[in-house]
This record gives sequence, structure tokens and C-alpha cells, in this order.
Amino acid sequence: MIRFLAVLGRELRLSVRHGADTLAALLFFLLAASLFPLAIGPAPETLGRMAPGVVWVCALLSALLPLDRLFGADHEDGSLDHLLLSGLPSAALAGAKATAHWLVTGLPLLLAAAPSAVMLRMPEDALPALLAGLLPGTVLLSLFGTTGAAIVLGARRGGVLLPLLVLPLTTPVLIFGVAAADAAAGGLSPRPHLLLLTALLACALPLCPLAAGAALRSAAE
Amino acid sequence: MSAAGEGLTAEALAAFRGERLVFRDLGFSLAPAEALVLVGPNGSGKSTLLRLLAGLVRPAAGRLLWDREDALADLPAHAARVVYVGHQDAVKPGLTAAENLRFAAALTGGVAAEALAAVGLERLADLPARMLSAGQKRRLALARLALGSAPLWLLDEPTLGLDTVSIDRFGGLLAAHRGRGGMVVAATHVPLPLAGTRELRLG
Repeated sequence: MIRFLAVLGRELRLSVRHGADTLAALLFFLLAASLFPLAIGPAPETLGRMAPGVVWVCALLSALLPLDRLFGADHEDGSLDHLLLSGLPSAALAGAKATAHWLVTGLPLLLAAAPSAVMLRMPEDALPALLAGLLPGTVLLSLFGTTGAAIVLGARRGGVLLPLLVLPLTTPVLIFGVAAADAAAGGLSPRPHLLLLTALLACALPLCPLAAGAALRSAAE
Repeated sequence: MSAAGEGLTAEALAAFRGERLVFRDLGFSLAPAEALVLVGPNGSGKSTLLRLLAGLVRPAAGRLLWDREDALADLPAHAARVVYVGHQDAVKPGLTAAENLRFAAALTGGVAAEALAAVGLERLADLPARMLSAGQKRRLALARLALGSAPLWLLDEPTLGLDTVSIDRFGGLLAAHRGRGGMVVAATHVPLPLAGTRELRLG
């Protein structure tokens, strides 16, 4: 546990030192979301209906941005070998990385989602459901993203491969997340969709770090 | 210092690098306080062997024994027995020298400030590692050796880029480690500040 916290602390410290990289995902999210009113016009009813989908797709794409460097930098400078020799099982190492990704990218996206949704004129009733969906949703994006980043590690053109690998995995997250907000906007209960999202999370939480850990071991060889 | 007991034994090891078999039927044994120097031309598998001994590469055949037990059965436990300094320095440019070492100390134990002093970097402790020269980064990587009490040191070209004073200091670290019963396996093309070594020729 001490080692897990040490790795997590190191990741957070590095994110603070590379502040521009850390903020890039958040700024991309805000910028991409604000492009939609410009592209499809400011009519409140059209925008409001599309808002949950826009927020979710933008969050998904922004969460992908820092994945390339999640293990890439450590792989290039040899730090990954030391992390694997830290005495921490490789799955726990992947778990620490996923936690760091969520704290640095997922959590800020969650916080920025509410103002973006308001800017897109989303119906007020849907806002709690959107955020309740994004909470497990961003954790899922971090878990799937970490797994994908570990798998493409060491592959040539890994940066191109990564979205192709991660985006299909995240489609269920997107579908249930948007469905929850849409249901709330239509006066229905978002509960079944949120439960399905949480069930996905319950499966991904133990499995993704295991897969990512195995991928890290094979990337180090 | 945990006593190494019987030490390390390699039996008929073979390893691939990509699609290529770099060595096969490789065997040696290493007792406490012994040092083994790997020599051989470029690409003969020195680095691969070191990574194998560290548990980073799986052997394609053969066994690695630690105190007569399979060393690679429990990788986190084996990791606690080794310090690996690869040909890359594994120094994070965004962190200061002290922070780099403090992270290593959090994992292996030891005091970061003492380890920095052991390689003569105490005055540069608060400088971001990106400001360090290549030789200073190498010294920072070697400072990890002074941290813990792991009995097996695996060194890949450890003296690359070091000045003569640093090489002498590094020799002192090596002698102290072997004095405590520690083992050293090093790959090198230049003479190391090590006395009474055995040589393993690859390739």
C-alpha cells in the first residue's frame, strides 16, 4: 500500500510539474464542447437535446489525450523497468497509473461537465443524471484507457493505434451514460442505465488492471 | 543486509530478443561477495541477460535459482533482492535530483540524502534533473545502489560517461557492497573498478 501511494504520489507530482500537458485535456474538452453551438447554431431546443451526447463524446475524446504519455514517457526513459521492479505487482502498478489518470483527467472533466452542459442549454432535470453517469463513466474511461495504453506500449505508431483500441471498448459506457441523461430529460428514471454503468465498473475494476499489468510485463521484455 | 546464502545459480538459460535467440545453454553460479563481469561484442545478449536476472525478461528455457529455489516464481519478491541500473538512467527530468531519489527510497528504503552524498550530488539535490549533465544523471542513477540493502546489483555499462573521481567513488560503493556479502553482475566494455572478478564471455 505504501508503494502504491508512492507511485501515485510520483504521478501526481509529475502532473503538476508538466502542468501544460495536464491542462491540455481539460482545455480540449471545453473548446470542443463550445464548438458545437457554433457549428449547429444556438437554437436552445436543438442544442439542449444534443447536450448529453456532446458532453459525453467530448469527455471520451479528452480522456484519450494524455493516455499516450501515461506509460510512454516511462517506457522511453527506462523508468518503467524500475516501476516493475518496485516490488509492486504489475496489476497494482497499472491500478496506480489508472488512479492517477482519473485524478488528473477524469475528475477535472467531471467538474467541467456541469458548466459545459449549462452552456449547451441542457434541461436542468438531466444535469444530476449526467453527472451521476459521468462519475463511474470517467473511472471506466481511465481503466479502459490505461489498459489500452499498456497494450499498445512498445508498438510502432502506438499513438494512432490507441484510440482505435480504446474507443470501441468505451461504446457501452457512452451508450448507457447518454441514455441515463436522456431518460432524466424525458421524465423517466435514469436508474437502470446508471446501474448498468456501475455493473460495468464492477467488472472493469478488477479485470482492467490485471490485463494492463500483464501487458506492461510483456512490453518490458 | 539479507544474507544471500547459496547465492544465485543459472542453469541452461536461453533468451530471445524479438525473434532472435541471443544466447542458449548459459550457466553460471554466483556466491555472496562475488562479482561477475559480462563481456562480449554488441548484441551478444549482455543486456538481455541482465534483464533476465532482474526478472524483466522471461527465460525461454532454463532456470534461475536463488538459494536453490526458483527465483522468478515470485517476481515482486525477486524484485526486492535486486537493484537494476540499466543503460538508460531512468531519471525523471521534471523532478529534482532529490525527488527522483526520494521516490526510489520510498520503494526500497534507505535515506535519499545519504545516497546523494555517496555519489557526490548533494549540492545539486534541488536542481531539476533536466539541468544535470549526462554524467551527473548517470551518478543519480547509480545513487539508487547506495539506497537499499538488496544483495544483487545488476549493472549495465555503469561507468558510461563518468569522470575519474566518480569512477573511484563508484568503486568504493562496489567494494562496500561486496564487503557486506553483496553480489554484482555487470556488463561492460571498459575495465570496472572491481577487484577479483570472474568473467563470463557471451557471443
